[in-house]
Amino acid sequence: MRAIVTVVGKDTVGIFAKVSTFIAEHNVNIDGVSQTVLKDTFCMIMSVDVSNCTVPFGEFAESIKAAGEKDGLAIHAMHEDIFNSMHRI
Amino acid sequence: MIEIKTEDILETIGMIENENFDIRTITMGISLLDCADSDPVKACEKIYEKITRKAENLVRVGEDIEREYGVPIVNKRVSVTPIAMLLAASGGDPLLYAKTLERAVNTIGVNFLGGYSALVQKGFAKGDEALIRSIPEALDITDHICSSVNIGSTKTGINMDAVKLMGQIVRESADVTAYKDCIGPAKLVVFCNAPEDNPFMAGAFHGPGEPDCVINVGVSGPGVVRSALTKIPDANITEVAEMVKRTAFKITRVGQLVANEASKRLDVPFGIIDLSLAPTPAIGDSVAYILEEMGLEQCGAHGTTACLALLNDAVKKGGVMASSSVGGLSGAFIPVSEDAGMINAARSGCLKLEKLEAMTAVCSVGLDMIVIPGDTTPEVISAIIADEAAIGMVNSKTTAVRVIPAVGKNVGDELNFGGLLGSGPVMPLNTASPAKFINRGGRIPAPLQSLKN
Repeated sequence: MRAIVTVVGKDTVGIFAKVSTFIAEHNVNIDGVSQTVLKDTFCMIMSVDVSNCTVPFGEFAESIKAAGEKDGLAIHAMHEDIFNSMHRI
Repeated sequence: MIEIKTEDILETIGMIENENFDIRTITMGISLLDCADSDPVKACEKIYEKITRKAENLVRVGEDIEREYGVPIVNKRVSVTPIAMLLAASGGDPLLYAKTLERAVNTIGVNFLGGYSALVQKGFAKGDEALIRSIPEALDITDHICSSVNIGSTKTGINMDAVKLMGQIVRESADVTAYKDCIGPAKLVVFCNAPEDNPFMAGAFHGPGEPDCVINVGVSGPGVVRSALTKIPDANITEVAEMVKRTAFKITRVGQLVANEASKRLDVPFGIIDLSLAPTPAIGDSVAYILEEMGLEQCGAHGTTACLALLNDAVKKGGVMASSSVGGLSGAFIPVSEDAGMINAARSGCLKLEKLEAMTAVCSVGLDMIVIPGDTTPEVISAIIADEAAIGMVNSKTTAVRVIPAVGKNVGDELNFGGLLGSGPVMPLNTASPAKFINRGGRIPAPLQSLKN
């Protein structure tokens, strides 16, 4: 199963490292990344494969969100199908 | 690699985070026809067993989908066969059924259960009248049971005996629940042309033509539509309609995804998506504000009916293509106490009952969640029901009445239900007496379906 992880927040040193470390610790593989910084806002979108995730995906989504909040980042991990169904016919 | 465009991803997240987009309800429809028994106690045992078995995992599955897909699923509900049909077989005390349903709700943990209902559009069958007369007490002694009565249809006309009775029942229901802000009538809907697969409360029931068990999903998202319209402030009305359509399409696609997933995980067939714009009292989740975004100073102004007609139609057009099966009420809801913009418009006096009645000719339901003076007579309530049913009957659409007499209160006061039901100002009514008309009884014959002018 693939999921999309989005990270939005104030740009600081090490965001990418923190998020990707968290993802790796859960045995989730990153397939693709798109990242921009607009003014001071860091915005990153990752496509990840969660097939071998160490915890159920719902739990992973909740814990990455909570981890982001500690650093003032809005992190969402959502099933890829939600975007496919909304934006593709 | 990422194949979905960045702006699309951010749009979806914005809808959920900032614009109150949610799936309003996953409603499991359960047929209780096989629970009928000549002994009411046995019937109730079978009902409890069937509901708790079929819907055992409904709440958990809803929560799992919510977490995995990141879309809030606000309610998990159950609708059942109209209880009057079971009462016809068993006789006995209808409240036994109400108590059994409440017990089942508490076991499975759903938010509401609908189906304490009777279909009497052409007349009362055995069980119907007893059930209807028990509604006020049933809504008082339970917290999660919703009731509805269908009193008319385009094919049968309007049962005026039932209209008369329902005026009394709404009144009585307010009286017996006066000690808890008259909550009773907020859980009671009087329908004309009631849909049999509606997932929304309080009017949900599982029609006799439905399969044994089915998953129906109600989407929402007035905030998303309004936000989309703010991006085109100077567009002409054709473009406005297009924008509503496109937005409704996106919302409904998510509803379809959730419905498919719920159906698969619960091993229950998918029924329909109800593409309704259902407002909540949350700021920004209002249908009235969409109408105002189209260019009205306030909801209720002249032009409101036209804007609502456009909205209702465009929502259906966008949604129909996004789902394999659409049903229920599908359109725009206009419940006054549940919509921040409607509440404001009613408070300021811009939105009046007569305008609301006109709006119901083009929206998806009817006079919904309207607080009326506490001294309103049953005959006036019956006459409101008759007017509304006539609009539905003649226009071949669903209409409904859910008015709440605010016992001990008058125009200028407010009633507060809390939660999704919201709060509303008492709205003035025309108090000239329709008593003679209502007391005649009988039936308004079904209307001609040709010579339409």
